[in-house]
Amino acid sequence: MAYKSVIEILTAIKNKDVSASELTSDYLNRIKDNDDDLNCFITVTEESAMRKAKEIDDEISKGIFKPLSGLPIAQKDIFCTKGVKTSCGSKMLDNFISPYDATVIEKLNNAGTIMLGKTNMDEFAMGSSNETSFYGPVKNPWNKDYVPGGSSGGSASAVAARISPCSTGTDTGGSIRQPASLCGICGLKPTYGRVSRFGMIAFASSLDQAGLFTTDALDAAVLLKEISGHDPKDSTSSDVDVPDYYDYCINNNKSTYTIGIPDEFTKDLNDEVKKSFFDSIKVLEKIGCKIKNIKLEHTGLGVSAYQVVAPAECSSNLSRFDGVRFGHRSKKASSLEELYRESRSEGFGKEVKRRILVGTYALSAGYYDAYYLKAQKVRNLIAQDFKNAFSEVDLILGPTTPDKAFKIGEKMNDPIAMYLSDVYTVSTNLAGLPAMSIPMGFKDKLPLGLQIIGNHFDEKNILKLCHLYQRETDWHVQEPND
Amino acid sequence: MTNMWETVIGLEIHVQLATNSKLFSSSSTNFGAEQNTQASVIDLAMPGVLPVLNKKAVEMAIMFGLSVDAKIAEKSIFARKNYFYPDLPKGYQISQYELPVVYDGKLSINVDGNEKVIGITRAHLEEDAGKSIHDLYDGQSAIDLNRAGTPLIEIVSEPDMRSAGEAVAYLKKIHSIVRCLGISDGNMEEGSFRCDANISLRKPGDKFGIRAEIKNINSFKFVESAINYEVDRQQEILESGGSVNQETRLYDPKKNETRPMRSKEEANDYRYFPDPDLLPVSISDDEISRIKQFLPELPDTKKERFINEYSIKIDDAEILSSSSELSDYFEQSIKTATSEIQLLANFILSEVIGLCNKNNIDISQAKVKPEDVAKLNNYIGDGKISMKQAKEILSEAWISSVPVDQIIASNNIEQISDPDLLTDVAKKLLEMHPKEVQDYRNGKDKLMGFFVGQIMKETQGKANPKVLNQVLIKLLKGV
Repeated sequence: MAYKSVIEILTAIKNKDVSASELTSDYLNRIKDNDDDLNCFITVTEESAMRKAKEIDDEISKGIFKPLSGLPIAQKDIFCTKGVKTSCGSKMLDNFISPYDATVIEKLNNAGTIMLGKTNMDEFAMGSSNETSFYGPVKNPWNKDYVPGGSSGGSASAVAARISPCSTGTDTGGSIRQPASLCGICGLKPTYGRVSRFGMIAFASSLDQAGLFTTDALDAAVLLKEISGHDPKDSTSSDVDVPDYYDYCINNNKSTYTIGIPDEFTKDLNDEVKKSFFDSIKVLEKIGCKIKNIKLEHTGLGVSAYQVVAPAECSSNLSRFDGVRFGHRSKKASSLEELYRESRSEGFGKEVKRRILVGTYALSAGYYDAYYLKAQKVRNLIAQDFKNAFSEVDLILGPTTPDKAFKIGEKMNDPIAMYLSDVYTVSTNLAGLPAMSIPMGFKDKLPLGLQIIGNHFDEKNILKLCHLYQRETDWHVQEPND
Repeated sequence: MTNMWETVIGLEIHVQLATNSKLFSSSSTNFGAEQNTQASVIDLAMPGVLPVLNKKAVEMAIMFGLSVDAKIAEKSIFARKNYFYPDLPKGYQISQYELPVVYDGKLSINVDGNEKVIGITRAHLEEDAGKSIHDLYDGQSAIDLNRAGTPLIEIVSEPDMRSAGEAVAYLKKIHSIVRCLGISDGNMEEGSFRCDANISLRKPGDKFGIRAEIKNINSFKFVESAINYEVDRQQEILESGGSVNQETRLYDPKKNETRPMRSKEEANDYRYFPDPDLLPVSISDDEISRIKQFLPELPDTKKERFINEYSIKIDDAEILSSSSELSDYFEQSIKTATSEIQLLANFILSEVIGLCNKNNIDISQAKVKPEDVAKLNNYIGDGKISMKQAKEILSEAWISSVPVDQIIASNNIEQISDPDLLTDVAKKLLEMHPKEVQDYRNGKDKLMGFFVGQIMKETQGKANPKVLNQVLIKLLKGV
């Protein structure tokens, strides 16, 4: 069975070329064959997947088709899944079985998808290499000595290795786009508020956004429609209309765009990344896009602002993991204070502790103005830069990451170097903008990603441009084992 | 020495709002349910859950703001107040910090006939914590999260009060307003209405002294005793040359004393920051106008109306307007009243309230209908029954729930007000007591009581005392 994309799978199901059960069992076998090595999954939900596949087959036999009937999918372990372990990559939640489904999960379940399992990730989504996971690092299928990126490393690696046709991820500072880039697949982070955050374990609430991994931009278009929309359970979710993204990509006759290239995204690039990027720009020029050099003056401050805002919010968001109601509880504690201290010391890994400490400091009396408030001001300036840019251009392009994937262990003892792998991605989170990474070439046989940033709620034009690019190129159809 | 010190008091009142569901979840807020049965995944702060604001609570806060002449913030913001405690599931309380929904209000109070205006700095919305129960299991603490997330408004006053009496008057006024608005049941025993008192002393004209905060006082009486205790304590410290510690204290009603809870140094750094899970609350002028329209008549307005409309005493008007249950009862009785309304007010305030207090129930649950109380007063006014009889009938009606007219009819307890009838009775009595009549005529005025008593006995207390008096004087003095 060699279906290349979500759309091919949905077509095959619809045409009854394959049953949901056959397909699911095929993907479960691929996981069995490959995942001991790749470590993409924390939990494989074989039994419930086969049960759901049978339900879908029964429905199909009665003529009931849902938008994504029979589509296997891998869910990042940050999304709460009812009755299934939801660990968030942490020892803290190693024993946590969620009593409810996240809205994203509910929507995908209702649309007919079949969950293959829960994917590995950096602990509480804090990391850019998937090495902070309590469940061990995920490997990059293009070269298993290398990281897949993070924090959604399991989801990205699984799609790249074709052991799942698609997967969900979350992106707080680049956690979808960076691993998509390093794994050579498509990763879409929608506009903040486009997709409900309910049931998605919070890292930094004002930055977190759920999104998708696929191999083809059109697949992302199909899936995005199903997970988007206002959720009464999430006050920050938007009620902006959800268009039919796929239809827009295929049938809308818009074919040219004015594309902005910020100096800040290209000036420090190494030769190979620079070449891949400008080769991609040539492809777009060839199909009629206009290129414009722009400035995003304050984007250089993005990582610094991000490293204040995200830890600050995380320090508060992670307070609920106190060993009282759920999650890890230390056996050593003999007083309330010890219960907190020991449970949290034992339950959280090093990076999570580092961020909680940084965030607690940034919010402390006397430092709030100097750090948190200042970071919020920088955030406004960055948003303003983008706003100005979008008055001149339709989309903004740059490389997703400064370089290809790095080796497992290479940056683990250098947090600053690790944080800088988000340098091109954090600004869009700070501004709440949608962005997508698609494959644009290779360096040393490791993939490189092209980042397309759009205006608020303009996912359709991001997807369309990606689709136009992918019609001209074949980076996205290359597989690790070819 | 006492006059050297001026007491400065500011109050923070926590009022539980009478919404059906919690501030950020759809769980019920009913009091007294089985432990942890009113706690959803949101109240439990399960990973991934998000708060959604209960608009009804915002509306109630606005109602309060409008009732104390306050400004309503066009935009207010929820913030997180971070601290660890087992009954605080999220590890932070969602409250309002920099931009509260209500600010800059005022309220006039009346203490011993003196009007005084107390400033209201702000009133903000916040969620309540759960309850820690330490005496249920040996060596273990239990947590009940039914209350977690219940909406509160915290009403912060300016340090404008100068005595325990003023503080209690202010507290009672706020209590009557929130009850009148229907935004809280004001039940102090169940913790729906509780207050923290900030107390300091200074020499008049000096800047404010160092204050101590007494936490969680839940009765008017305790507020008064706690403040008085604290004033004495601080005065003693200051007069012996010491200085007051800035600290949080607890009031122990059993021992009538305050005890230190935590000092300023031990105070938490709450690391307030805007809650990114909630959007700023925007309130339009239209919204405010809409809410204004259905505000009920407030105690002060009602008091003025009672004075003007019914010509009753100011103090009585104050009490009768202080709760809507009492004012409803009063106004309901007026519909049937033909006698003077002041007398009706007196009767309700002394007799009906007396019975309510004795039975520990609210006036709304009084066993005698306001119409019947009005009738009793009408009959007193008409001379049909005496005050004493009225009280007896009221007591009987209270116990038996029988309408007063029926009691009067079946017991034949109407008053004898016919002068001719009473003259006949009196004549007979005077004939039987010639000596006493002689003594009376010789100036022994006290004997009037004897004659009245004897006739009352004869008539089983039905003689109208006023008429009887006139009859006797006429017979005895021949006037």
